[in-house]
Amino acid sequence: MKQKMIQLANGLLVFGVLIALWYFIIWWRDMPAFMLPSPLRVLQAANARHSELLASFLITAEEAAGGLAASIVGGTIIALLFAQSRWLRSTLYPYTILLQTVPIIAVAPLILMWVGYGSSSVLLIAFVVCLPPIIANTTQGLVSVEENLVQLFTMHNASHLQVLFKLRLPHAMPSLFTGIRISAGISLIGAITGELFAGSNKVGEGGLGYSILYAMAQVETDYLYALVAACTVLGFTFFFLAMFAEWYVLHNWHESVRTFEAAQK
Amino acid sequence: MSTAHIECNAVTKRYGRATILENISLGISKGEFVSLIGPSGCGKSTLLKSISGLASLTSGKITIDGKSPRRARKQMSFIFQDATLLPWRTVESNIALGLELDGVARKEREEKIKELLSLVGLDHVTKSYPRELSGGMKMRVSIARALASRPEVLLMDEPFAALDEITRDRMNEELLRLREEHRWTAVFVTHSVAEAVFLSNRIIVLSAHPGRIACDLKVPLAYPRTNETRTSNEFESLVSQVSHALREGTSVDTEKAEL
Repeated sequence: MKQKMIQLANGLLVFGVLIALWYFIIWWRDMPAFMLPSPLRVLQAANARHSELLASFLITAEEAAGGLAASIVGGTIIALLFAQSRWLRSTLYPYTILLQTVPIIAVAPLILMWVGYGSSSVLLIAFVVCLPPIIANTTQGLVSVEENLVQLFTMHNASHLQVLFKLRLPHAMPSLFTGIRISAGISLIGAITGELFAGSNKVGEGGLGYSILYAMAQVETDYLYALVAACTVLGFTFFFLAMFAEWYVLHNWHESVRTFEAAQK
Repeated sequence: MSTAHIECNAVTKRYGRATILENISLGISKGEFVSLIGPSGCGKSTLLKSISGLASLTSGKITIDGKSPRRARKQMSFIFQDATLLPWRTVESNIALGLELDGVARKEREEKIKELLSLVGLDHVTKSYPRELSGGMKMRVSIARALASRPEVLLMDEPFAALDEITRDRMNEELLRLREEHRWTAVFVTHSVAEAVFLSNRIIVLSAHPGRIACDLKVPLAYPRTNETRTSNEFESLVSQVSHALREGTSVDTEKAEL
């Protein structure tokens, strides 16, 4: 407990030092507010336009979460297919790697051309970046089941589907959650990248990425900083939700979640 | 045909150029407790897996009550070296696994599980997960799961090898106690001579490269066997007899290797 308090105090101290450094740079280089506004001004801008900021925050959150959810469902289904045969895996797996290696910034314009401007193409871009980690991790989990366990099922004349759903899928859950944790982070990168290109149909209805572009064009630097801060908050939220979901589902039986419990100490 | 419960007829198994089992013929009668013992590489586990139908033969034939191993699977249960529990299932639901796969109704399942839990002394940990259990307890769950389907044949592949000696001795006694109640035919693979003598009424010593029956030995010790059995003269002389046969089989093997 005492250690926890000290850790918290240290964290706050670093935060304070960073804020002080920020003020120091403004004073030292005599920065104009349109280049580097003070933390107070950023806070004021966020407060003044809080409903707009919250709307953008929620739009991006929804797009990223939608893409992530779709990738969890789609990726698991693809992994279940991949688990059926080595032949299928070796034939199709290179394409998931291809999907992962192509920079999303290069693909985003293509997706826009097909789907059109707006939230649905942003969601699709988030989906595309989230998919490979889910597929890779879940497939690994499905395939790496101990031979003895498979034989145990064989001794009971278990059907193919019983092996899949009573053995392989539960065994793959920790790997699936590893994939989800990775994808939760990059779903936001996907969504914000998508927004930079696709933005919105109407002004003032775009997510954080779109609003960042807009604020930059208007030289609303105070608000721009507030938007960047909002992105960070959103990132943290996603990360912790993914960690919590993992802990919630696995803590009864799996060791990996102890790292989460340890991280909290 | 003979009246044996499990019949192995000229069983041969090869992997590429290596001969794992050569021409093994063996009849096991109903209710017998047979231990297979031998040096590593003698194919004792392979023989066990062949009886269960999990491994195929190069030539020869195995029947259980005249049926092929695959067809006789419903009568058999297999206990693996590690407990092979599903870590995401609680103790009771691990025991239920086999019944679930066999399509036994929930109500009947619950009754059976209750009975099994008290039989193996795990009443107090029904809702625990495998990671919370000791090695001995995990093995107990594994045994309960194997007994759940009321097998006529129990096949065990070094089930207690990973346990410490005290736990192993206790598990041995427990296994015999469980057998008093159900009288399954048992085929038990082990590395430990004392364990084989304590449990079985028949010991098959295998020699390695290729795996052959080196010695087929009756154990005339009376059941029920207790901790005192282990200290009797008869027990000790049987242990040395089996050890001798084991060494004999191994020395033949090393001579061959030198040639």
